[in-house]
This record gives sequence, structure tokens and C-alpha cells, in this order.
Amino acid sequence: MNFDFSDDAKALGEQAKKLFADKAGTAPARKAMASGAPDFDAGLWAEIANLGWTAARVPEAHGGLGMSAEESCQLAEAAGAALAVVPLVSTLLATEALLIAGTEAQQAKYFPGIADGSLIAVPAWNEPGAVTPATVATTASGHTLTGSKAPVPDLPGAHLAIVAAAGPDGPSLWIVDLNDALVEPVETLDLVRRHGRLTLANTPAEPLGDPAAYQAWLDRAAVILAYEAIGTASAAMDMTVEYAKTRIAFGQTIGRYQGVKHKCADMFIKIELARAHALHGVAMIGSDGAELRQAAAAARVASLDALSFTAEETVQLHGGIGFTWESDCQFYYRRARALTASLAARGWWADRLVRALELRNRAAA
Amino acid sequence: MDFNDTPQEAEYRAKARAWLEDNAAEYREPPETAWKLDEFIQRSKAWQAKKFAAGYTGITWPKAFGGQGLGPMQSIIYGQEESRFHAPSGLYSIGLGMCIPTVFTHGSAEIAERYVPKALVGDEVWCQLFSEPSAGSDLAGIRTRAVQDGDEWVIDGQKVWTSFAHASDYGIVVTRTDPSVPKHKGLTMFIVDMKAPGVEVRGIKQMSGGSDFNEVFFTGVRVKDTHRLGDVGNGWKVALTTLMHERLAVGGKPRHAPGYETLMKLARGVEAPVGGPAIEAGDVRQRIAQSYINDQGIKLTQMRALSALSRGQMPGPEQSISKVVVAKTMQEMASFALDLAGGDGFVTGADGDPELAKLQGSYLGAAGLRIAGGTDEILRNIIAERVLGLPGDLRPDKDKPFNAAA
Ligand SMILES: Cc1cc2nc3c(=O)[nH]c(=O)nc-3n(C[C@H](O)[C@H](O)[C@H](O)COP(=O)(O)OP(=O)(O)OC[C@H]3O[C@@H](n4cnc5c(N)ncnc54)[C@H](O)[C@@H]3O)c2cc1C
Repeated sequence: MNFDFSDDAKALGEQAKKLFADKAGTAPARKAMASGAPDFDAGLWAEIANLGWTAARVPEAHGGLGMSAEESCQLAEAAGAALAVVPLVSTLLATEALLIAGTEAQQAKYFPGIADGSLIAVPAWNEPGAVTPATVATTASGHTLTGSKAPVPDLPGAHLAIVAAAGPDGPSLWIVDLNDALVEPVETLDLVRRHGRLTLANTPAEPLGDPAAYQAWLDRAAVILAYEAIGTASAAMDMTVEYAKTRIAFGQTIGRYQGVKHKCADMFIKIELARAHALHGVAMIGSDGAELRQAAAAARVASLDALSFTAEETVQLHGGIGFTWESDCQFYYRRARALTASLAARGWWADRLVRALELRNRAAA
Repeated sequence: MDFNDTPQEAEYRAKARAWLEDNAAEYREPPETAWKLDEFIQRSKAWQAKKFAAGYTGITWPKAFGGQGLGPMQSIIYGQEESRFHAPSGLYSIGLGMCIPTVFTHGSAEIAERYVPKALVGDEVWCQLFSEPSAGSDLAGIRTRAVQDGDEWVIDGQKVWTSFAHASDYGIVVTRTDPSVPKHKGLTMFIVDMKAPGVEVRGIKQMSGGSDFNEVFFTGVRVKDTHRLGDVGNGWKVALTTLMHERLAVGGKPRHAPGYETLMKLARGVEAPVGGPAIEAGDVRQRIAQSYINDQGIKLTQMRALSALSRGQMPGPEQSISKVVVAKTMQEMASFALDLAGGDGFVTGADGDPELAKLQGSYLGAAGLRIAGGTDEILRNIIAERVLGLPGDLRPDKDKPFNAAA
């Protein structure tokens, strides 16, 4: 049995953690927060592209490295841990959409730019007032879209949006050239990652696959985003554990108190359970297993549960300092909201999980 | 990445499966009514002897003692295959899982030769005599005394919660041999004959209705010095060997514990408090999803550990998360399921529903599972201290002589 990442994927993950440890993390996040500028860290982005991370999943025929989903997940985890101010995870998600649903011509047109980092493509899923992928208000008519997408992570500075819009057969994905659309920055609870609003008014768009492809993309996106959440949660846990080893109250380090210790243990338990489900998800992407839907939904729910618990208790266990602007706690606390909103509500995924289990039961019966 | 066995593992699994098909057929289904103690013991012994003859006991143990000298993967594979049946093997889980590895790690060669093979065949049943009325989580606080008398020791004191003491031939017992040194230092471990004069076993009725555990009283019980395990005063270290094996042996999901499937099946058949099939109610679906996350999450976590094992790495104390999650999830699921069933969920006996009776059994059993083999609280301490590196609890009695500590 080998229920684990490949050595190659692990090596890439290590490389990513190292680079992010030097170039990302809470100090640059704080700078980004202070600057309020609507763009991302272009220097870091260039470095990432140079290292081939944007090319990881792009097929070799289109200028990429043709790696497996495992590599994307390792990158997403490292990016999540570092709170990196680059559109890496969005790019990985957009790449999956093109992989699943792109025609040969679409792949030839977009992949080389994605691979070398010059073309930034981001999924635009959220809509004002909508919380589930079933209730998409943006509509497709012919090859144009009308509607509004917000808040969209990493939208400012991107070139291409992969947009979910409702057609006659249900919601599916479309490609929009952002030169043709109105992009404005949107303020969100996450003061580090940039978000935007995309306004579409009979905006030209190319169809990207059918409604089934959209559903398949949601599964893959859920797995990659689970790793991003696990990365963020682990970083918050590590910071908390370190603090608990040094902060003294009543004559001893607070980490000696079980009220503190047991919360840290619970963070670990929730994160490990999420890891197990997320790994199951990656394995199912790799093998195109029928269990992908259930594994992906479980990974999504478990990772969001781990993240919100960890982010909330991170502030709590830091005490008063944790509630200050100066403390790094707020980055995790705020990011937890961003990642929860990044792809349909937790409840929708829990329901999708049970639906998948029901289907499997029916198939088995 | 794959979930598949290596070719060698697959070969071992296929052989084990074929053997079980031929030999465990009568245990394909659980017994209609629970076996009485005598029948349980007799069936357990017969099943153990059969396994021994076929080479499916002591799979990881040294060949010198009748073991198979194979790796942990083979042992786990056999366990997975056997768990598809309902063969009676619980009687031996403490002896073979915890006691005997302690015996051959710390006992003399003669002692190992005398006891290990008989335990393997199933002729002799073992129990673990650690806990005392005032020393459970705080195991090093035990008071049962052993005093040397020539080449023998005399044991006096009381143990409690000793599983299967009433069916056991031998036990490993932790005693205090020097109360004038700090509590972890003055301990010594022995093998004790449960039929020896002065050993009295009194059954305790459990909250769940069964009587699997006991009080054990020692009054002037004589044990030969040859039956000492490890050096005098070194009993804590020996006990840690047992506890380490306990951590590996506990933590899996009990065979009859409900899974998320049980919850789904039930939720399809009953009505939600707000009307309509329960399975369509939002809160019920959330609970099912949560159960799946925990239930399946532990299975997958164990597969991650197995993958490490199959590469020759030891699984870490991370495994402690398994028991915390399994026991509490079992309790939550059973309680939620019984809730869903309304009044029926609480009727027992002839008027009760057999499916719900299983859940009632889980509900009661889970309460014990959260305590046995380390409580939820102690396991959280282990995770926090050994995995996350947080400092240990403050122990005011740690360096004081045992008989001077409050
Ligand atoms: C079904 C069953 C079978 C058993 N079989 C055996 C057996 O075969 N052999 C054997 O030797 N023992 C056996 N035991 C005993 C078992 O190991 C102990 O019951 C267990 O370790 C708890 O000890 P205790 O009962 O003394 O509770 P206590 O240690 O008194 O604990 C009481 C409460 O205090 C909490 N607590 C204690 N210390 C701490 C701490 N440091 N931090 C936080 N909370 C703490 C506990 O978590 C618990 O909630 C069995 C128990 C059960 C339930």
C-alpha cells in the first residue's frame, strides 16, 4: 500500500515551503495589508513562474511539466501556509478547468501563457447573493455572459476569468478575457489576498465544457482548496503551539495547562482528519476513481472545520495580544473566512457528500 | 499513489483469505444471541488453536517462541481479513496484544520459553493487572506491594477493572517494591498465576450490563523471583512496553460499532421531527456528513500509517488520535441515532427493535471505550506533549518519595 504523496510531489512541496518561508509569510502579508494596493507580489510571482510552479499541471505538449494533481496540492498547501500574496492557487484551479473541459484549441491558446506565468487565469465563482453552485444568476446567451461575480479572489491583475454561468442545461464554465469586462477591487474581511468584482454585460465568452465538466471541476477544486485550508490551519496551529511554549501565566508556560493543551490537540486531530480526506481526494483525482465526489466533498468539509476551529482558537490562545492589530493572529482568522467563501458554503458540500453516499448506497443495493 | 497491496502483501492476503473462507465459515454472521461465558471461552480456545496450527498467531513474534517472524504489515493484513468474520478472538487481545510482548521483551529466556508458546496456542489466557482503585490514569500511583522473601516475593493489594481476570490463567502485575523513592522508581513487575492461593477475583457488573472486568485481591500471594519482568525498581519502564503495545492494539473501531451507513439507513426509515423522511432534513444530513468525516477519516488516517509501516517506518504517537475520535464518534452517532428513533430508541428487551438494540449496545459500550486504554483527556495530553511538544502537566508528587507524597 502506498497511500501517500509521491517523492517528487513531496520534494516540490518542500521546495515551495522553503521559498515561501523566505519570501512570503506574515511579514509580507502585513505589508500587503498596509499598502492596500489592489495587486499582488509581482516579484514573487515571477520567481514562482521561473521555478515552473505555474506550469506544474500544464501538459508538456503545451509548454508545461505535465505533473499530477499531487503537485498542485503540495503547492496549494505551501501557499496556504504562507498566506502568499500571489494568485497561485487560483491559477492551479483554472488549470484544472482547462484540463477537464478545454478543447485542444483552447488548451493550445491558453496553456503556454499560464505555464510561463504571463497569463493569469482565475476562477470566478461567487456571486452577490448566491451561496451554492446550483443558483447561478449569471446567464449565458449565445457566446456572451451577463451578470456580476464577486468577491473573486485574485481578480485584480488577472487576464482571464473562468466564469460559472447558467445556460439552458444548467450551470457550466466560460472563459472571459478580462480586457472585455469591468474589473473593480472589492474589500473583504481578508485584508491580504486581493479580491475583485467582475461585471459582465453581454460580455464575449467562450464555453468551457458542459455542465458535467463544471461539476467535475468543482470536485477537483475542492481537493486543491482543502490543501490550501490545511496549510493555513497548520501554520496557525504551529504558531499557537510555539506561543504556548513561551507565554507564562501563573508561574508556568500556558502550554502546561490542559485547557490550552487540549485545544492544541484538537487542532491537530481536526487537521489530521482533514489531511486523510484530502489525500483520499488526490488519490481519486489521480485514478479518476468513482469515489472522487464523496472524497472531495469530505475533504472540503473536514478542511473548513479544521480551519475555522484552528483560526478561532489561535486568537483565543494568544489572549489579548491575539486580538490586536499588531498580532499575526488576524491573518489566519480573516483568511479562514476567505477560504470558506472561496467555493460554495460548507453546508452545500456536506449535502453533496451525503448525496454521493446515497448514490453509492443505491448502486451497491 | 495507490491503495493496493505490494505483490508480497497481496499474496499473503490471498492465502489468509482463502484459509479464513475454509476455516471461519461458521463465523460469517454474528451469533444470534451472545455466547455465555463458558461457550465463549471454549470457542475462543478452539479458534485460537486453529489459527496457531495454520500460522496466523504471533505473526510478528520471533520464531524461537513459535511466532512467524513476519512484519507488522502481515499481521495487519491478517487482522483485516479476520475482521470480515465474527470469530471470537477478544479473549486473547490483551494477552497477545500487550502482556506476552512484555514477557518476551523483559523476561528471561526460560520464562519466555515456558509461557509464550502456550499463550500463542491459546492454552493459557492472560490479563493485565495495572489499574487500582486510586491509580488509573495516574498509573504510577499504584499501592499493591511486593516484598522479597528469599527467592520469592509476597504480593498484597488490590487491582481493579481487570478485563477477563475471571477467565485468565496468568497476569502481569505492577507492584510497589520500594515506597521510599519517587513513585515511578520503586515499581517492579511480575508474572502472577491467577490460580495461586491468595488471588481472589470478583466480577464487577458494568454499566453496559456485561461483566468483562473485575476486582482482583492479592493476599500473601507468592511469586518466584524468576517470574520478575525486568530489574527490581524498573517496573515503570517495563510497564511502558505494555502501554506502547496497548496504544497499537486499541484505537480501531469496534466491530459492532455503527458507521455512518447505519445512521443513513436509520434516517431513511424514520420521520424527521419537522415531518418528512429524516434523511432529507438538513440537520440530519449535517450529522451524517460529520459522522462520515470522523468515521472514514480514521480509516484513511490508519491507511496513511500503514503506508508508513509498509515502508518500514514506525507509526507515531499520532495514532492516539484514532481512539479519541473513534470512541467519541461512536458515542455521538449512537446517541443521535437513538434520538432519531424517538421512543423506540429507548425500548429494550422483547419489545425492542434488534437493529436499535445494536445502537443501544454501542451507546452503552462507547462510555467504556472512552476510558479504557487511556481516557480522552490522557490521550489529548499525549498528543499535545509527544506530538506537538508542549510541556508536561505539573506533577507535584513527581520527585517526592512515594510514601511522603500527599
Ligand atoms: C472497559 C474497561 C476495561 C479495562 N480493562 C483494564 C485492564 O484489563 N487492565 C487494567 O489494568 N485496567 C483496565 N481498565 C482501567 C483503565 O485503564 C482505567 O479506568 C483508565 O486508565 C482511567 O483510570 P481511572 O478509572 O482510575 O480514572 P481516573 O484516572 O480517576 O480519571 C477520572 C477522570 O479524570 C481525568 N483525569 C485523570 N488524570 C488526568 C489528567 N492528568 N489530565 C486530565 N484529566 C485527567 C480522566 O480523564 C477521567 O476523566 C479498564 C477500563 C475500562 C473502562
